Amino acid sequence: MLSIKDLKVSVANKEILSGINLEVRTGEVHAIMGPNGSGKSTLATAIAGRDTIDITHGSIKYQGENLLEMDPEERAKKGIFLGFQYPVEIPGVSMVSFMKTAVNEHRLYNGQEPLSAGDFLKYMREKKELVEFDSQLTNRSVNEGFSGGEKKKNEIFQMALLEPKLAILDETDSGLDIDALKIVARGVNTLKNKDNATIVITHYQRLLDYIIPDFVHVLYNGRIVKSSGKELAMELEEKGYDWIKEEAGR
Amino acid sequence: MENNHDEVIREVTQNEYKYGFYTDIETDTLPKGLNENIVRMISAKKDEPEWLLEWRLKAFQHWKKMKMPEWAHLIIPKIHYQDIIFYAAPKQQASLEGLDEVDPELRKTFDKLGIPLDEQKRLSGVAVDAVMDSVSVKTTFSETLAELGIIFCSFSDAVKNHPDLVKKYLGSVVPYTDNFFAALNSAVFSDGSFCYIPRGVRCPMELSTYFRINAANTGQFERTLLVADDEAMVSYLEGCTAPMRDENQLHAAVVEIVALEKAEVKYSTVQNWYPGDKNGKGGIFNFVTKRGICKGNDSKISWTQVETGSAITWKYPSCILKGHNSIGEFYSVAVTNNMQQADTGTKMMHIGRNTRSTIISKGISAGKSQNSYRGLVRILKNAENARNFSQCDSLLLGDRCGAHTFPYIETDNSTSIVEHEATTSKISEDQIFYCNQRGIGTEKAISLIVNGYAKEVLNKLPMEFAVEAQKLLQISLEGSVG
Repeated sequence: MLSIKDLKVSVANKEILSGINLEVRTGEVHAIMGPNGSGKSTLATAIAGRDTIDITHGSIKYQGENLLEMDPEERAKKGIFLGFQYPVEIPGVSMVSFMKTAVNEHRLYNGQEPLSAGDFLKYMREKKELVEFDSQLTNRSVNEGFSGGEKKKNEIFQMALLEPKLAILDETDSGLDIDALKIVARGVNTLKNKDNATIVITHYQRLLDYIIPDFVHVLYNGRIVKSSGKELAMELEEKGYDWIKEEAGR
Repeated sequence: MENNHDEVIREVTQNEYKYGFYTDIETDTLPKGLNENIVRMISAKKDEPEWLLEWRLKAFQHWKKMKMPEWAHLIIPKIHYQDIIFYAAPKQQASLEGLDEVDPELRKTFDKLGIPLDEQKRLSGVAVDAVMDSVSVKTTFSETLAELGIIFCSFSDAVKNHPDLVKKYLGSVVPYTDNFFAALNSAVFSDGSFCYIPRGVRCPMELSTYFRINAANTGQFERTLLVADDEAMVSYLEGCTAPMRDENQLHAAVVEIVALEKAEVKYSTVQNWYPGDKNGKGGIFNFVTKRGICKGNDSKISWTQVETGSAITWKYPSCILKGHNSIGEFYSVAVTNNMQQADTGTKMMHIGRNTRSTIISKGISAGKSQNSYRGLVRILKNAENARNFSQCDSLLLGDRCGAHTFPYIETDNSTSIVEHEATTSKISEDQIFYCNQRGIGTEKAISLIVNGYAKEVLNKLPMEFAVEAQKLLQISLEGSVG
């Protein structure tokens, strides 16, 4: 589904990623871990297609197509979803009109009729229940005045509405208490199926107690320095990142 | 983002003004220039009574002594008043009875503007007075409204048929001495709308005036007078467009509103005059005086304006809150793009006790435009417990435009409460990317954010027009990403 080859990325002329290789197939859950500043968020942003970062080398293929040639909105409509680490507030724009616009843009792209207001509200109610999202929040402006936890849950709610093929969750667990973490994890697990894939980016192993990854990759200094099964996450939790740094330094 | 920005600017320049066409119709015009003779000729054309001619002449004498105001945050090129034609009327075919009384060519023009003059075709809830250049072409539903005692007609007809009402209220809110443009208008105004709602009547439909400038080198000087008698209620809407031309055209209108005891008037404007091209060539100079007086106790006047057009806008719809417990409101969305300039706002004069006013102003600037809010809240000595709340927000798109706020507060009564809030914000790249990532393209994202920002004001518009205004915002800002 996703194939990243020797990807090098700079931000403001500073190289952040120095040759990433990653293969993600449908039905898989990948965890990308690593110390702060290792380039995890930059990788997520590169896949989503933000123009503030420069791809200097390498390729990203998604479903056999060259992803780097597509606008961020086209990538989104082809099924790539990014759960933001810091979801932005959009004052004055209600969650309902925001997500109705987003869902209908997706439908239009896929040659479907746009949903009417009534149908959309019904669809929204279903998804709200599915991911246990507080019904009051959809009456408010996008993320405005939301607590940290509410913002993260809102990302999962949006993901449920858009039904992506590839979901990238960037530090979705950071700042969550254990109850919120469980709700977020339940949401991700509910939405998971054999036709989609998930990349979970996290600093801590904690989230991976609830979302079981098939693969764990450790990103350090712009490179994936170790890839393994889920047991790697446990090892990181136990020993921290220092041994990885040492190993990578050698 | 810089590349994106350039591209977007290019797109803006290709964005066509939808109403820029010109109707080729024979026009009856007076020679260009302004002197006492022209004033007399306009009056004679309209077959006016002596008192009105006298009033015009006094206004003209006064205007000659006045200077154009220079305090606004605007750069106004010199206006050559002797090069302007002050009266132009489309020549109509010999008038027939009923529906066919409007010249087919004019009918077509208004159809094209989305303002059908046939009552059957019209939105059932709206009566229209259509004004082209210097004269009123047609007023719909006049008869239906007359059954309720409501007078809704062109200003010229009002002078003929209801001279007492006109004489009583003309210039009572905006005297000809008020300001330069009001004096000019008083001398040369040619037509406009007149409306009188009798005591206790709630007007069952929206009343509206649609202004169209068509002839070249012509100024438009219309006058609207709206009187709501005791316990009367009316909602009024004004719309306007003009052809695309390289020269600037002057529009200097006056609107006067009188609200008597417990009367309520809601006046909404969707202003879409031609704004000029991307380099600031052409466009309408919109120098308008709008003022209402809450004369009776417990009366209310509410202004709502959506300003997207004009090369230069100079406009301050105001309320004189004379009656005790009277209420004044001003809701405004002003959009400027490319080289447009706007200096707009309101004045709230609190005279009576327990008077209340609310000001919500939302400025949106894009391109290289300059957008200013200018407002005065004045609480006079006897205005016990007067209350004002003002909120002035500015939204900037790009980094080459300007937003300015000039709020003045003068209070002579210590029991008053005056609040002022102001914010300036930009649409951030983070917000745009967030929308992009959800599948919403940049254009659509901006329109979503701008409409969200202006929602508070757009919601005040009558239903039919809120949708129109939303679309207009979208068109006016098409491509203006920062």
